[in-house]
Amino acid sequence: MTKTPLLEMKNITKTFPGVKALDNVFLRIFAGGVMALLGENGAGKSTLMKILSGVYTKDSGEILYNGKPLTVRDPKDAQNKGIAIIHQELNLIPELTVSENIFLGREPVNSFGKIKYSEMNSLAAEYLGRLGEKTSPSEKVASLSVGQAQMVEIAKALSMNAEVIIMDEPTDSLTDVETENLFKVINELKNDGKALVYISHKLSEVFEVCDRATILRDGTFVDEKPVSELDEESIIQLMVGRPLLERYPRSECRLGEIIFEAEGMTNQLVRDISFQVRRGEVVGIAGLMGSGRSEVAKTIFGVLPLISGEMRLEGKQLKVSHPADAISEGISYVSEDRKQLGLILGMTIKENITLPALKKYQNAFRHVSYDKETETSQEYIKKMSIKTTGPSQKVVNLSGGNQQKVAIAKGVVTEPKVLILDEPTRGVDVGAKKEIYELINLLKADGMGIILISSELPEILGMSDRILVMSGGRIAGEIVKADATQEKIMALAISGLTQTA
Amino acid sequence: MKMTVKEFLIRFRPLLGLLILAVIVSLLSPRFLTVSNILNVLRQTSINAVMAAGMTFVILTGGIDLSVGSILAICGAVAAFMIANGFDPYISIATTLLLGTVLGAFAGVIITKGKVQPFIATLVAMTLLRGATLVFTDGRPISTGFDEASDVFSWFGTGYILGVPVPVFIMLLVFAVSYYILKYTRFGRYVYAVGGNEEASRLSGVRVNRVKTAVYAISGLLSALAGIIITARLSSAQPTAGAGYELDAIAAVVLGGTSLAGGVGTIFGTLIGALIIGILNNALNLMNVSSYYQMIAKGAVILIAVLMDRKK
Repeated sequence: MTKTPLLEMKNITKTFPGVKALDNVFLRIFAGGVMALLGENGAGKSTLMKILSGVYTKDSGEILYNGKPLTVRDPKDAQNKGIAIIHQELNLIPELTVSENIFLGREPVNSFGKIKYSEMNSLAAEYLGRLGEKTSPSEKVASLSVGQAQMVEIAKALSMNAEVIIMDEPTDSLTDVETENLFKVINELKNDGKALVYISHKLSEVFEVCDRATILRDGTFVDEKPVSELDEESIIQLMVGRPLLERYPRSECRLGEIIFEAEGMTNQLVRDISFQVRRGEVVGIAGLMGSGRSEVAKTIFGVLPLISGEMRLEGKQLKVSHPADAISEGISYVSEDRKQLGLILGMTIKENITLPALKKYQNAFRHVSYDKETETSQEYIKKMSIKTTGPSQKVVNLSGGNQQKVAIAKGVVTEPKVLILDEPTRGVDVGAKKEIYELINLLKADGMGIILISSELPEILGMSDRILVMSGGRIAGEIVKADATQEKIMALAISGLTQTA
Repeated sequence: MKMTVKEFLIRFRPLLGLLILAVIVSLLSPRFLTVSNILNVLRQTSINAVMAAGMTFVILTGGIDLSVGSILAICGAVAAFMIANGFDPYISIATTLLLGTVLGAFAGVIITKGKVQPFIATLVAMTLLRGATLVFTDGRPISTGFDEASDVFSWFGTGYILGVPVPVFIMLLVFAVSYYILKYTRFGRYVYAVGGNEEASRLSGVRVNRVKTAVYAISGLLSALAGIIITARLSSAQPTAGAGYELDAIAAVVLGGTSLAGGVGTIFGTLIGALIIGILNNALNLMNVSSYYQMIAKGAVILIAVLMDRKK
């Protein structure tokens, strides 16, 4: 396995206004191997990959491909040179079909320039088939789930027949079955002699599919080692620079009176949902994607209408027809999709954090006090250790994990009675995860009732007092913390599924 | 906050463009830099600038308002009709402003509740209201008459305060208030938020439909104000007044660095943009350029400015 790398990045340096994102970083990618690229959010993984795929240009350093210097002008150029990247953010065009997306810019045409749809569709079906994905190639991407769209994105990379394939958090929105299919394909690609880079926060996946690991910290190169010489603890230590004691630092907290109650909550997407949340309690909601978890949250928050049933907050009937009503009643929702639904990327950290609570920052003459806003956001930056140049930095320039912290700060700034966290640690590294868990502990100690929606079972098990498992829009069962296991949750999660899941 | 030279240049690029243009024009035509000509330019700019201020609110939310010229025309006609028929000038002005606001808000409701694209909704409003103006005026100008009420009314277009034309004061007031609203009020912040990401704004508790309706109402209000200024200045309302003005207003906003995608821009930039267009018109007149070539020159300058703005 020791041989010369197919592609080598040497002494790569990249500076953004105010930040040195990469400082003399190295990366070697081997044919027939999977290199894990590990590091906390903001360590520079995505920046490094964006340089390789031509999205950014490097300030200095060199890239060798087959031993020869390589310049990548733009993403198209990278594709032509055999480098394909599957981005963390989905880059598909919703109104085009699956096959149109896969072959965008490379459509097979006849001599009159007409696109050969049947050929394109059958090729697309073939690539999807390799991934075990049954989506029809002529379906519009807009109608796919996030997980399915991710599979299309992967199929697109496969269709380019690239020699180097970069996967940035590919399993973030995939179900377990989809993940397994992806791993099979990764192994096939390896056997075909392709060179892969795999970025993930899920360390268990790194051990499953990667051969070697490169670790970055704060934009610098830390180490490169065979995965067989590493374990979770040593990786975390290399990533964070210090040992991390506990993954799920759940604190015990006395439960108070019932603060939120749903009874027979029903609409087009969820049916007959009844549950209670107490002060100081974390109620986990587990279930497969599409089981109605987020829809329960959106109904409570006034995004989806309540058709029948009732909700009560502190014993009083709760009527919400707009998120603004929910916020003023004392309910907050942190969405699973921070880029589309959570944040206004072009605005600054402080403008984002104070947006839901802007009323509090007005003084006489309805004048918004910038000083008060800065003060509050500085508090949150400190409390949640958001890595930033300051409250006036634009959110778009933050790394994923730090963006997530800003999104959560937005949920907390209104001082809600009930906080709904939907996938609060998606795409977030271990260090930042722990900080988010610690914040949950603080909030529940203050008497907040928390609803935690997550696809990560260890997280649900580690942080919840009680777990509701959803399936097909209903609550399939409830498990108390003491009895909860991953197996019990999964059994309930698939209990209500018919073949058409 | 410390700023590098480069950041400074980027931030004040529209202002810099304005200054360069002013220098070039004053070199080409000695008559440009006279007090009377400058006041003249400012007064001529005021009508487009007032409309462009309203347009800035709309474009910041990611919308567009094509109906401003038609609102100007119908509001001007209504004002002239009321003055000519003996209404009190202040009541006439208030009624006209209210009419503009309601027309704008109506377009806003069509856009939000009817889920019609702003381009289409305001295009329809533009056509409908132009037709309504022609019907109302029977295609002929309406004179405000020659009585005392008419004199009071015409002061808003022709009067002077301390030697400065009244429309210039109106323009400055509109921009000062708009600046305050956009920079320091909750509503102003919401305007930027909605333009930045509508869905995320809604989930942050912003009542997006109200904000969007309000910006079209503001645009309607300021178009009515522009209609009053132009009618007062001429002492009569032309049924075809304001035709094509929507494009000048949009050009002023874009020249001022506001993104048509929404969420980014300043009202100060719009004032600069309107002044650039105003100076350009004035300079071309001073240099006796034929009106056919004026359009070509104007188009070319706007193109250059927008291309320069791309290079950030």
